[in-house]
Amino acid sequence: MPSAIVSEYFRTNKLPQIWCPGCGHGIITRAITVAIDKLGLDRDKICIVSGIGCSSRAPGYMDFDTLHTTHGRALAFATGIKMANPDLKVIVITGDGDATAIGGNHLIHACRRNIDITAIIYNNNIYGMTGGQYSPTTPKFDKGTTAPYGNVDKAFDIPALAAAAGATYVGRSTAYHTQLLISLIENGIKNEGFSLIEAISVCPTYYGRKNKKGSAVEMLEWQKNHAVNIAAASKMAPESLDGKFLIGEFKNSPEPEYTKEYQKIIDMFKKE
Amino acid sequence: MKSKARLMQGNEACVEGAIAAGMKFFAGYPITPSTEVAEIAAEKLPLVGGKFIQMEDEIASMAAIIGASLAGSKSMTATSGPGFSLKQENLGYASLAEVPCVIVNVQRSGPSTGLPTSPAQGDIMQARWGSHGDHPVIALTPSSVRETFDLTIKAFNLSEKYRVPVILLMDEIIGHMRERVELPEISEIEIIDRKKPTVSREKYLPYKADDDLIPPMAYYGDGYRFHVTGLAHDETGFPTNNPAIADKLYRRLLDKIELHKNEIIEWEEQCTDDADIVIISIGGVSRAADTAMKQLRQKGVKVGTYRPITVWPFPEKRLIELADKVNTFVVAEMNLGQMALEVERIIKDKAELIKVNKVNGEAIYPEEIIEKIEEVL
Ligand SMILES: Cc1ncc(C[n+]2csc(CCOP(=O)(O)OP(=O)(O)O)c2C)c(N)n1
Ligand code: SF4
Repeated sequence: MPSAIVSEYFRTNKLPQIWCPGCGHGIITRAITVAIDKLGLDRDKICIVSGIGCSSRAPGYMDFDTLHTTHGRALAFATGIKMANPDLKVIVITGDGDATAIGGNHLIHACRRNIDITAIIYNNNIYGMTGGQYSPTTPKFDKGTTAPYGNVDKAFDIPALAAAAGATYVGRSTAYHTQLLISLIENGIKNEGFSLIEAISVCPTYYGRKNKKGSAVEMLEWQKNHAVNIAAASKMAPESLDGKFLIGEFKNSPEPEYTKEYQKIIDMFKKE
Repeated sequence: MKSKARLMQGNEACVEGAIAAGMKFFAGYPITPSTEVAEIAAEKLPLVGGKFIQMEDEIASMAAIIGASLAGSKSMTATSGPGFSLKQENLGYASLAEVPCVIVNVQRSGPSTGLPTSPAQGDIMQARWGSHGDHPVIALTPSSVRETFDLTIKAFNLSEKYRVPVILLMDEIIGHMRERVELPEISEIEIIDRKKPTVSREKYLPYKADDDLIPPMAYYGDGYRFHVTGLAHDETGFPTNNPAIADKLYRRLLDKIELHKNEIIEWEEQCTDDADIVIISIGGVSRAADTAMKQLRQKGVKVGTYRPITVWPFPEKRLIELADKVNTFVVAEMNLGQMALEVERIIKDKAELIKVNKVNGEAIYPEEIIEKIEEVL
């Protein structure tokens, strides 16, 4: 029996989804619907947009207005939707490759404009859909099918990138830390401006296997043992953070929102 | 009553036409010789409650107009050569997902940065086949400022009616030319809006076409909660790998244009009744073709002109008829023979075909056409 959240917010006739057993993408997708549920939003006024990748298949299962676009371009499509109808709550689901490689330009500019869109990056540190090539978030020296000797690229720190580019709400959580993830997404949607939530996923099939990370459960356990909440980290000795990564709310500093600013121009100059 | 005559540039007439057609959203990225379209749209749209955005590139501009169209705004972008290349992937998306939108390409010399920003007509084939896979498009080419106004409206109307991206294939000559024009009153203009579903959400199949092969289109936010994808999809709009369903979809997309081509196709011909020789040209070159025809007629040479207004679909039927009585077709174009390929395919070897081509960044002059014709007389 599907849970209440699933039967309420998913297109149950489209299930089961295409993801591999143990894939973290399902947990994150569910967290988005829980956040929407908690916010009590009008579900006919929510539009979910994605690019291309395993992660970007999520909207197809979600019972809202949904748009599955081209690789990397979800934020640009979403910008048009939000401009045309600012009453819509626009949520973008994207992968690490989709958002930060091919879509990197759109990402920084959506951050800069502070347009009211909430983007959730499902970061599995690899290109899942195309079979395990390294991505801009594959850690240095880790392997991918196109990095058989280890990756020499340095990885992006997505929250730092988004914050520097001007996103007004930025957070990071993992598939393991679902409660935190849900609350970050809730806050992100509430923020009237561009919100970016990095959701660290697990891809046992490619990233896990290539890098001997064990089963999906072991990968989630690794997340549990290596993530430190930013609130707690400030009180910890720097050495104790070695090999750890931060999760939590990294930035929450509202600024004027793009479509509202544009509307002011219309109000000033429109001829009746 | 006509509005007062104004001196207007082609690019400006394009924006005037778009606003008359109901454009409410424009996304673009500057590139000469199309930039005035963006600049004028930025100025005029807020005045009618519409919105302009300068995106980070042409790929994003194309994506944004598709998104805005799905959310209910009539949308347009404008670009030139290099930018048109960048738009191709998302243009194919609009073809497959059947999202109405208008793409203006004020052609300049290429490939690559080419001769910025001299006139050319080198994107005729790209307009048809630029995006991967078999896909429907409509492309219109104006040859005057007033016609730019009219065809921009037609571009919106066709895109709304047939749910297809429509390319307004201008060239630098027309884009930057200034002419005195009188624009019609808004009440005299026919405006077509996409058809919306008449059934409830439960019954709505977003990609189930009516007998006219066009599916009704809901807007995001209307409560239909529908899915749109660039994957092959069934009538529900969800992806499918079923070969029969995919085949049916791809064929319907092309058949949709084929079925209505008589309503879509437009061309203009002059003095073809008794013509032995017919000059075929589009856009800025047609003006030289007109002059060439007139001068040759004065010398007693029986010349006519044939000007496709829709280059895609190409006005083929009439050309086949003409090929039965005309001895020679002269295809004059600012490229190395793109439209000539199409003409060759259509006329087969029923008539002689002569090409006048120019790619050096200069316009084709009437004398060049006259000279070529006099060579074969
Ligand atoms: C223009 C373009 N280039 C490449 C691809 C092939 N492609 C599909 S998905 C993908 C990577 C997806 O990786 P990511 O965004 O990290 O998502 P994941 O599958 O890992 O969830 C690539 C390269 C494509 N579809 N389009
Ligand atoms: S390949 Fe990886 S990311 Fe894609 S569905 Fe499988 S586990 Fe998930």
